[in-house]
Amino acid sequence: MNALGYMLEHYTLLSGVIFTLGAVGFLVRRNALVQLMSIELMLNAVSLALVSYNRVHDSDMNGQMFAFFLIAVAAAEAAVGLAIVLAFYRLRATVNTDEADVLKH
Amino acid sequence: MNPGNVFFAMCAIVAVVGALATVLARNPIRGAVGLLSTILGIAGLFLLLKAQFLAAIQLIVYAGAVVVLFVFVIMLLGPDAGLSTRAPARAHAARALGGLLLLALGGTGLALLMGSVEAPTRFGAARVDHGSIEAVGGLLFHRGIVPFELATALLIVAVIGAIAVVRTTHAPKAKPVVDSPTQRMFHGPLHPRDAGRPLPERDEAAP
Repeated sequence: MNALGYMLEHYTLLSGVIFTLGAVGFLVRRNALVQLMSIELMLNAVSLALVSYNRVHDSDMNGQMFAFFLIAVAAAEAAVGLAIVLAFYRLRATVNTDEADVLKH
Repeated sequence: MNPGNVFFAMCAIVAVVGALATVLARNPIRGAVGLLSTILGIAGLFLLLKAQFLAAIQLIVYAGAVVVLFVFVIMLLGPDAGLSTRAPARAHAARALGGLLLLALGGTGLALLMGSVEAPTRFGAARVDHGSIEAVGGLLFHRGIVPFELATALLIVAVIGAIAVVRTTHAPKAKPVVDSPTQRMFHGPLHPRDAGRPLPERDEAAP
């Protein structure tokens, strides 16, 4: 029986695909908002991997606890990151990260 | 056809299509909707993995707070602030090449992973309380109490930091001491005294 969704490998594959998409988005795009969303994609992929491995090793729930803290950290990161984007937009009237060279000059 | 299979396939397709939309969307609002779709798909997979508590948290925190925060910021910046601008063709080519290389790297890794699997790891029957709110909450308040409290401190610091970063208004001072490019940068180019002057030169040929 082709037990799609009942094997760890499928979840690992899906998590890898989403993580790779997030990494490509973060490195290729120059829009700070899209880059922050790509970071969220990567964090989501990691939490999916944590929860699926925890489903195999289900003597405890440490994986789910890690995913819980990961969500808390991701929320904090989004708040601070968006605040920085907003402050940068006030400074330079753009969200293009190529323009973010204030510290260079 | 097992209903679990159908549910897994649906959630996986929704998540991957959402991730693609996030990365490829020219308009960040569409990117935010793609992110929302990925989050919903992963929340569905959490349900399939017997992580009901995390599925609820994922919906409340990510779909309810983070995506809404993104949408608020996009709205605050204005309709066309986040639109991608045209980059030079060389930069485009370099980015596309970098993206393809990364995709090839990720694809090779995943192919190696899939090729190395001899006997797939099937999920056994989980304990009844695996992933329930009582079980995860009990774990959080016993073994995880120190990181839990540290997470609250982190969130407080993040909120205060976000407010501090955003509410800094660079009110034009009566008399700037030095008229350096940095000074002008931080006090904004829109000061009446500086309105007519050109901005300091910067190399525009950034890659």
